[in-house]
Amino acid sequence: MIRLTINGREQTFDGDPEMPLLWYLRDELGLTGAKFGCGEGLCGACTVHQNGAAIRACITPMKRAAGKNIVTIEGLGAGGLHPVQKAWMKHNVPQCGYCQPGQIMQAAALLARNNSPSEEQIDQNMSGNICRCGTYQRIKAAIREAGKELA
Amino acid sequence: MSTFDNVSRRGFLGHLVSAGALVLGARLVSVPAQAAGSAGGLRANDAALHPNLFVGVDTDGTVYIVATRSEMGTGIRTSLPLILADELEADWSRVRIEQAPGDKKYGDQDTDGSHSVRDFYMPMREAGATVRLMLVRAAASTWGVPESECEGRLHEVAHPATGRKLGYGELASAASKLPVPKKEEVRLKPKSAWRYIGKETQPYDLKDFVTGRAGFGIDARLDGMLYASIEHPPVLGGKLKSFDNKAALSVAGVQRTELLDPFKPPHAFQPLGGVAVLASNTWAAMQGRKKLNVQWEDGANAVYNSAPYREELLATAKQPGRLIRNAGNAEAEFAKGGKVFEASYYVPHLAHASMEPPMALANYRDGKVEVWTCTQNPQGAQDTVAQAVGVAPADVTVHVTLLGGGFGRKSKPDYVAEAAFLSKKAGKPVKVVWSREDDIKFDYYHAVAGMYMKAKLGGDGKPVAWLQRSVFPPIQSTFEQNAQYGSAGEMSMGWSDVPYDIPNLRVENGPAPAHVRIGWLRSVSNIYHAFAVGSFADELAHEAGRDPLEYLLDLIGKPRVLDLKAQGVNYHDTPGFPIETARLRHVLEVAAEKAQWGKRKPGNGWGMGIAVHRSFLTYVATVVEVEVDGSGKVTIPRVHYALDAGLIANPERVRSQFEGASVFGTSIALFGEITATNGRIDQSNFNDYVVTRINRAPRETFVYMVESEAPPAGVGEPGVPPFAPALCNAVFAATGKRVRDLPLSRHGFA
Repeated sequence: MIRLTINGREQTFDGDPEMPLLWYLRDELGLTGAKFGCGEGLCGACTVHQNGAAIRACITPMKRAAGKNIVTIEGLGAGGLHPVQKAWMKHNVPQCGYCQPGQIMQAAALLARNNSPSEEQIDQNMSGNICRCGTYQRIKAAIREAGKELA
Repeated sequence: MSTFDNVSRRGFLGHLVSAGALVLGARLVSVPAQAAGSAGGLRANDAALHPNLFVGVDTDGTVYIVATRSEMGTGIRTSLPLILADELEADWSRVRIEQAPGDKKYGDQDTDGSHSVRDFYMPMREAGATVRLMLVRAAASTWGVPESECEGRLHEVAHPATGRKLGYGELASAASKLPVPKKEEVRLKPKSAWRYIGKETQPYDLKDFVTGRAGFGIDARLDGMLYASIEHPPVLGGKLKSFDNKAALSVAGVQRTELLDPFKPPHAFQPLGGVAVLASNTWAAMQGRKKLNVQWEDGANAVYNSAPYREELLATAKQPGRLIRNAGNAEAEFAKGGKVFEASYYVPHLAHASMEPPMALANYRDGKVEVWTCTQNPQGAQDTVAQAVGVAPADVTVHVTLLGGGFGRKSKPDYVAEAAFLSKKAGKPVKVVWSREDDIKFDYYHAVAGMYMKAKLGGDGKPVAWLQRSVFPPIQSTFEQNAQYGSAGEMSMGWSDVPYDIPNLRVENGPAPAHVRIGWLRSVSNIYHAFAVGSFADELAHEAGRDPLEYLLDLIGKPRVLDLKAQGVNYHDTPGFPIETARLRHVLEVAAEKAQWGKRKPGNGWGMGIAVHRSFLTYVATVVEVEVDGSGKVTIPRVHYALDAGLIANPERVRSQFEGASVFGTSIALFGEITATNGRIDQSNFNDYVVTRINRAPRETFVYMVESEAPPAGVGEPGVPPFAPALCNAVFAATGKRVRDLPLSRHGFA
């Protein structure tokens, strides 16, 4: 039996311990904010927080999430929108919107460590998250904006 | 926003988890009423006042606007409704947008070809203005005053003479009892009174996008559904030789396997066939599929190898082809000798690789099918599903979810038919989940293309003769087995309509067989045609020792209307949208000025490139600036787009489309390449089918929209075609190295 915390709530899981966290979140819990994009940790659409760090839920087996504190996009702005979500709205970042929960979770983890990242640090931290619509320029603007609010 | 609104909105989006389950991981998945069977239950239809298909006004003042086109990132779910809301004089904050299911009564719903605003701009305006007039008449009759003394203004009707006002909600019931006005009675607002059209409107779904509540195809859920993962034949047209499902069935959660028959040629939108594994969750289905032991009979397309095919394409392009357009006598001019220049260009297959792979949830029950899917083409999905399960199209309800990208892939509903077929077999709802590998290996690929270009330069360096010949496996091969020549539609995308003023001009097309499914990808044939024409023009400028911008303006020549029909060309003309070279010149001049073209001397790893192209009736010029370091790494500090798309409904979303086009164009120019070996696609995921990431994207893309009185043209696609030639022209300016076959990464650039 695997125990873990998801968005502040205790959960237990007794299925295949190799099953990635992503499918547990989506298929078992109905938390569909984290998206499937590649299944190999190549695109970042499934990004969630594990003990505050951004991880790829599609390649994180349940056995490795055991005992961890997981936060998904649904739990990010507990009690309102997170500054990153607000900045994303201010800059109208999303086009199709599919990758954006992953982008937002990645950006929130970055800004939690460093609220004024340089362009290079943004590139480095965000380059694992693909946006096929090409919203990158607005993602950068939104990260800078959210960083100011978090400062 | 009330809870009620939230639930209904999610329902229409196919996001079927109840609000309670969403919040914090409740175990029970529940399904709201919309999903349970009330097919297409739009609130607009039930609203008190509902005089046409697109809008309903309820007594509480809520205005429901029906979005009939698919939302895949262009913002069309916002940009068409805002046009209707403007004419209705609705308060945008009181508008609820509902997504229509597939139904021919809505007219064309196939959301591709960049024509949503063009085709629906007037119907939206008329629909809104009609409702406004009915509300005005209801108020006038209530007050006993002439209707000419009343006006609809921001969700209420006012009688300025007496200061009386009535809200739209208060008037809805009375208005519903009036006859629907005739078209000629309806007065559209003057442009000066526009409230939303041409202003900046945020995407309607913005908050749902950033909170993870937006419902995509993959998010659709029904109680008791199974998840399916399908092993397709690795070569197009391959058939199952043998398979053993014992190991697959032993995977925990796997419930059954099902065979899908191979398609009957031509493949069109039919499923590819294969073996499906159905399980109680996605992971189990995928694991079970890995344990299938399947042998295939590959069939005729196993001969497909990209390296020799490329040589054949380029060789065919050097042979005389089918004549598409002819002016003067280019061959006679070449025969006279003189300064002749020739070049061959090549663009490989490309995959769509939308972030959300193809997904569909279907529920077959008692001869009726209900599906929830990310489709650009819900009516096509109805037809394809109907054929796959043997019911009438009217018995298929297609709910359109949000699409995690589309780019043309999701116009082809093969995956929707798979879900319906499997649901019928299993007797349960089935969600088909394509993996990224499925998406890359079983796409409807953008055609690989070879182009041969030849020009003879006159004394001033301008061409006196020009020949261009393109060869590519055509889209028609998807619908007609063995089709090898480009259609008039493909020829009309940047080939037969080459806008240059050259006395002897010859346009040809050669044959090429298809060995994979060929489809349309964002901007379609314009991609390779614009690459050849835009690169060749730049090469000739350098050959002539002239500035590329000045040379392009010279090539375009004096302002004129290019009448291809008069030249006997089988051109896909759009009435009301002549090819006006003055508009082409203008966007070139604007882009060049904004980019400060010619102000800095290129070379030593820095350069600018320029290209101009008209597609989907929109005129676009692009200046791309590059820096290339010693290792060949290409950085794009700035991109400048100037565009004339006629009237623009929502500049905010047009800007985002062009910003995105520069990134999409970067993927094509720098990285994109799909290849086949023995009929099997070599690439599989984002590790080997590389798309642009944030660290390689243009750092800043500036978009200038030219003020235009012309009717609205397209904006989703036209930003893509001129980008790759402009980038390669910039790389040449920076390094002196000319790349004629994409991607750049094959030539020492990265």
